Parts: sequence; structure tokens; C-alpha cells
Amino acid sequence: MMAELMRRTWAMTWKDVTVELRARERVNAMLFFAALVLFIFNFAMGPDQEKLRAAAPGLLWLAFLFTGMLGLGRSFQAERENECFEELLLTPGDRESLYFGKLFGNILFMLMAEALILPLSAILYNLDIWASLPALGLVAFLGTVGFSAIGTLLAAMTAHMRAREVMLPLLLLPLTVPVILGSVHATGAILAGQGLGEAIHWLKLLAGFDIVFLVACPLAFEFVLEE
Amino acid sequence: MSAPSRPSRILRGLAGLVLAVGLTLGLAVVPPDAVQGEVQRIMYLHVPSILTAYLAFTVTFVTSLLYLWKRDLRFDAVAVSSAEIGVVLTGITLVTGSIWGKSTWGVWWTWDARLTLTAILFTIYVGYLMMRAFAEDPPAAARYGAVLAILGFLDIPLNHMAVQWWRTLHQPSSMLRPGGPSVDPVLLLPLLVNLLGLILLYSHLLLERMRLERLRTEAMALRLTRGRRG
Repeated sequence: MMAELMRRTWAMTWKDVTVELRARERVNAMLFFAALVLFIFNFAMGPDQEKLRAAAPGLLWLAFLFTGMLGLGRSFQAERENECFEELLLTPGDRESLYFGKLFGNILFMLMAEALILPLSAILYNLDIWASLPALGLVAFLGTVGFSAIGTLLAAMTAHMRAREVMLPLLLLPLTVPVILGSVHATGAILAGQGLGEAIHWLKLLAGFDIVFLVACPLAFEFVLEE
Repeated sequence: MSAPSRPSRILRGLAGLVLAVGLTLGLAVVPPDAVQGEVQRIMYLHVPSILTAYLAFTVTFVTSLLYLWKRDLRFDAVAVSSAEIGVVLTGITLVTGSIWGKSTWGVWWTWDARLTLTAILFTIYVGYLMMRAFAEDPPAAARYGAVLAILGFLDIPLNHMAVQWWRTLHQPSSMLRPGGPSVDPVLLLPLLVNLLGLILLYSHLLLERMRLERLRTEAMALRLTRGRRG
């Protein structure tokens, strides 16, 4: 049962990754957008190094989230444009494997963008991230999982809607406030050199959020995909 | 079908009566707050509003679960009607809180934990209502709405924790506690009367909003049959 679910999930993720490897529509756009966002923030904040460094955790996560949202918005695009939703629904087995398959793809693409944003921000904003890279990676991972867990569900929900490009952020951002607060403050504590000790509160919150929505979202996904 | 039902009219009358008593008590009879003065009287509208809003969102949550379970569109009609009233009440809370804040703290808005939480709640349910307007068809809107209402409700405790830590880890919020933790029984009376009044008003509005939903479905069905004939 478990092995079967994992096999189906993997098939779904593999399909998305293969499409991405061949077409490179999503990741390339995300990477370039991420770089642009970091670049643009410079103009919003001015060239003052101190100011930029103080705002860095927030800017970093805004870049992560905007880029992630761009990717999420496209995560059901292939199915919608080619009218393959029905085929997707006809695949045997639980809908949960569809959800997890899409989710892992989305997490993967978002983490790839983050892997570019982090070093780039270190260069542009003069941040010292190299010593605390594992801790930052942990925060990024927990935040990304929580954001994508709700994001994948809402992407499926808005895929057929009018004005879906607007609806996804409108629904996603209010629901993920705990992720945003937790990630920004954990990142801030780590960048300030306080280590994981100061950030532990926030990490617990992020982990709690991830668990709640990794349980609730696959269940809700059934109802979203129903035709 | 075209006029408010009898229970709805009774609820409307009762709500008007109770709110009139409660507001008179709160705005004219009980003594003003020793520290804040007259402006503190805004509490008698502010606090019952948010409590009734919480009631409304709880009703939305429960009926959303029931809808997904039973697939009866009547549950969905209650859910969306209740959410709409809840958003209005949350809006009233934010506006009255803002006016209160301006005269006690000197600013229209401050990132106090409770204010922030209320604002987050507002955005979640405004999103819910917008989604309902944009969904492709009514059954889809009902399903999506139920899912969103459940996710939003699960999100509230997490938001609560996040916002509490955010505001308490960095600066104490003790002075930003309007009303204080202990309320004198004399001051509590108008609060409770208004709460009762608002709950009655909420029930009346809920019945009316559900009637509207029924009429809308009926009108849509009529339009469809007419279209087929013609």
C-alpha cells in the first residue's frame, strides 16, 4: 500500500520533471525572475549596505515566495492547456499520489530557485551566509514545504478559475502568514549570528505548520479535483 | 418567498430592541473608563462584533464540513452566508478598533498581536468570498469554498501562535491591551447585552442571506428552463 503510493507519487513527479527537463519553461523563468526580484529590491531599498543587510531576511523570503508562486501558478498549466485533467483523474489509485507527486515537483523547483537566490543575495547584499548555510537550508526547506503544501492544493483549485493568476496569490498569501513570519524571523536570527537556538521557536512553528497541512491538504485535494 | 419569514422578522425586531438597550447602556448609562474616558465606550460595539464574527466563522467551518460530508447545497448556503456576515463584522471590528487606537495610542494602526490576527482573519475570508465569485460553476464554488473554509479555520491557531511570538519576542504588548484583562461587572453588562443583540442580528441576517441564495438558485433554474424552451 505504502510502496504503491510512493511508486505512483514518484511517477507523477518524474513526469513533471521530465517535461521540465525537455521544455525548461518553468525553472528558467523562475530563476531569471528570482534574480530580477533581488535586483529590483536594491532600487527599493537604496544602496545603503546596512539598510539592505537589516532588511535581507524579509527581502530574501519575498524573493523565495514570489518565485515560488510563479512556479505554482504553472504547475497545472500543462494539464489545463492540453486538456489532460480528465486523463490525470483517470489514472488508477488514490488522488493523494497525484497531490504528493505535484507537491514534490513544486518543492523541487522552488528549492532550485532558492539555491540560486541565496548565494546571489549574499553577493548583492553583502551577507555572510556561508558559515550558517546548513541552518539556512533547514529553514528554507521547512518554509518551502509548508508554502508548497497549501500552494499545490490552491494551484489545482484555481487552475480552472477565471482570473486564476490573481486568485492564487490572493488565497495563498493570507493562509501562509505563519510560514512567512516563521521563515523570515528564523532567517533573521540565523543571519544575525544567533544560531539555531534563537530560531528554534520558529522552526517548531514551521514544522507544526508543515505537519498540519501535509495531512489536511491531500485529504482536501480529493474534493478539489472532483469532476 | 418574497418577504422575510416570520422567525426572521421576529429576530429582526428582537435584535433592534436588544441592541437599542445595549447601546444606550454602553454609550450613556454606565460610567466612562477611569483612564481612557469616553472613547472606551467604543468597546461595547468592538468586542461583541469580533465575538460574533468568530461565531460566524465557526458556523462556516462546521457547515463546510457538513457540506463535504452530506453534499447538500443548503449547508453551503449557510456557510457562504455566514462568512459574508463574518467579514462585515470583522470589518466593523477593524474600523472601530482603529478609531479607538487613534485616540488611545495615537495611531490608526499598530502591529499589536490581536489587531494583526484580526487583519489576517479578514484577508483569509475576503479571499474566500472572492474565490466564490470567480469559480467556474456553483457546485465547484461550493466544494472549493468548503475546502478553503476548513483550511482557513485550521490556520487560525497557527496564525495565533505566530503572531503572539512575533509581537512578544520583540516588545511587550502589555500597554496595548485595550480594556485590560479585568472588566468591572457594571461595564460587562452592556457588553453582554450587545453581544446578545449582535447574535440576534446575525441570525436574522443569516436567514435573509440564505433566502437570497435560494431565490438566486430558483431564478437561475427558471432562466435555464426558459432558455431551453425558447
